[in-house]
Amino acid sequence: MSWIEKIIPSKVATDAAKKHSVPEGVWSKCGSCGSVLYRAELERTFEVCPKCNAHRPIPARKRLDLLLDPEPRVEIAPGLEASDPLKFRDLKKYRDRLVAAEKVSGEKEALIAYRGQIKGLGVVAAAFEFSFLAGSMGSVLGEKFVRCVDEAIEHTTPLICVSASGGARMQEALYSLMQMAKTSSALARLAEARLPYISVMTDPTTGGVSASLAMLGDINIAEPGALIGFAGPRVIEQTVRQKLPEGFQTAEFLLEHGAIDMICDRREMRDAIHNVLAMMMHRASGH
Amino acid sequence: MNLNYLDFEQPIADLEAKIEELRNVADGNAVNISEEIARLEKKSQSLTEQIFSKLSAWQVAQLARHPQRPYTLDYVEHIFTDFQELKGDRHYKDDPPMVCGLARLQGRPVMVIGQQKGRDTNEKIRRNFGMPRPEGYRKALRLMQMAEKFSLPVLTFIDTPGAYPGIGAEERNQSEAIARNLFEMARLKTPIICTVIGEGGSGGALAIGVGDHVAMLQHSIYSVISPEGCASILWKSAEHAKTAAEVMGLTAPRLRELGLIDEVIPEPLGGAHRAPAAQAKAVSDMLVRSLEQLGRYSISELIARREKRYAGYGQFREG
Repeated sequence: MSWIEKIIPSKVATDAAKKHSVPEGVWSKCGSCGSVLYRAELERTFEVCPKCNAHRPIPARKRLDLLLDPEPRVEIAPGLEASDPLKFRDLKKYRDRLVAAEKVSGEKEALIAYRGQIKGLGVVAAAFEFSFLAGSMGSVLGEKFVRCVDEAIEHTTPLICVSASGGARMQEALYSLMQMAKTSSALARLAEARLPYISVMTDPTTGGVSASLAMLGDINIAEPGALIGFAGPRVIEQTVRQKLPEGFQTAEFLLEHGAIDMICDRREMRDAIHNVLAMMMHRASGH
Repeated sequence: MNLNYLDFEQPIADLEAKIEELRNVADGNAVNISEEIARLEKKSQSLTEQIFSKLSAWQVAQLARHPQRPYTLDYVEHIFTDFQELKGDRHYKDDPPMVCGLARLQGRPVMVIGQQKGRDTNEKIRRNFGMPRPEGYRKALRLMQMAEKFSLPVLTFIDTPGAYPGIGAEERNQSEAIARNLFEMARLKTPIICTVIGEGGSGGALAIGVGDHVAMLQHSIYSVISPEGCASILWKSAEHAKTAAEVMGLTAPRLRELGLIDEVIPEPLGGAHRAPAAQAKAVSDMLVRSLEQLGRYSISELIARREKRYAGYGQFREG
């Protein structure tokens, strides 16, 4: 406690303390353009900076709120939790990392999924929770993704997955590598059932996630400015020992090189996805 | 240090040098020292047995990357006849770190696909140190699909540090190339047998690693990231690669125990490079036996079995 806090009356002091904590919640600085933004406005824009259009990270549940109709919704496999088959320990125990990740993100794992609707069109939609261990893919994520595919096939609906991930979860070692094969194998089943799969790649989508479920969309969509690639830019720079081209591995770079179908602003994502799905599913236009 | 020997093999190397020296002396001398040589040879044998009976995961990783370790084309030479290499992805380029071709296994036509490292500097560069680029995976896929078309089993040989982290590889969408192989291999209508012969490095390895029978040589490794890479991310320093190798559980016996691979192929004492022909024979026997076993399934049974296998990978709890 500073000397001034000691001398001011307690009522005033609490107000002052409250006031001090207020800017954290009400204002937020854009990491891209530096503008100080009003939190309530960011809520309305789904974390897109109204000044520079930067697409900031968004929690998985908010993402799904943005995409899905409010009703009906059934969450898919909410009870799945990581076990620690290898008793993995680096600088910290994997167990402890999981506990910490749950505290930070408020989620049990890095993928949240629902069966629901977009403008009345039945879909299964999954979104990565990046704040849970960088959205890394381990056994739970792979299993949940497979169950999403199962649900989509069972209910004859398309599947949408919004990725945000650093890649495979190293603490699950080869189990995590195998999730690439597991999720891709499930998508092959979905394709056989002739059901659409829309992959949305957001910042960042790299490593084992980009090299499996994220790049296998019938339609691949990316958010503006998202970093998307297999190897990280730092690793590439160290390997090839040359400066990386301007805008390397951004969504715009991928569009130019033919890796994705389109770049879509987050606020228009729901309309854009519904538009293509309605055609792919032979439904009436949403307009 | 003799290039043939790894750090932890140094006591064996010293002993072998001594034996060699004695032999030279014996050649130019009437004194019979064959008894002494025999004694030392026995000692060298038991020393090797002793060292190899308790290899650490890091030591195994070094063996998996041994410069004299047999590579894909060495196995091709020993195991198959009529090998005809087939090149190119038909879109962009041929990628020498990935070799593919038609061959016969005991007379039976098969499709061989494997990663290839180089021995000398020029060859190492030409083979890109065994790191395929997107066109390598796409060539492999093209030929796997050709194998499906002509009902030929696919036999893959995995030996790569991983996919190549290069600018062009990203421009040509390395992620998609790997993902597409996983997707297509999951339902390829022909038997696939995968053998990890050296390094099974991450997505680059898995891109030719989805199959019906997955075997690993005893001293090969298979992991989601190299021990060095894992250490530099999780321990913030590549110095901890040794520790990382241990906790990652990347050795063949450990992965067999976890149910992530099907079979461990034993290596000759001292490693595959000490007796490449014998090693190739063991691999060949495994391939013949596995093909016979997989031949009992119809194609639809095979696909269902493969599907179930990959859906089953993972450890989790459900509350």
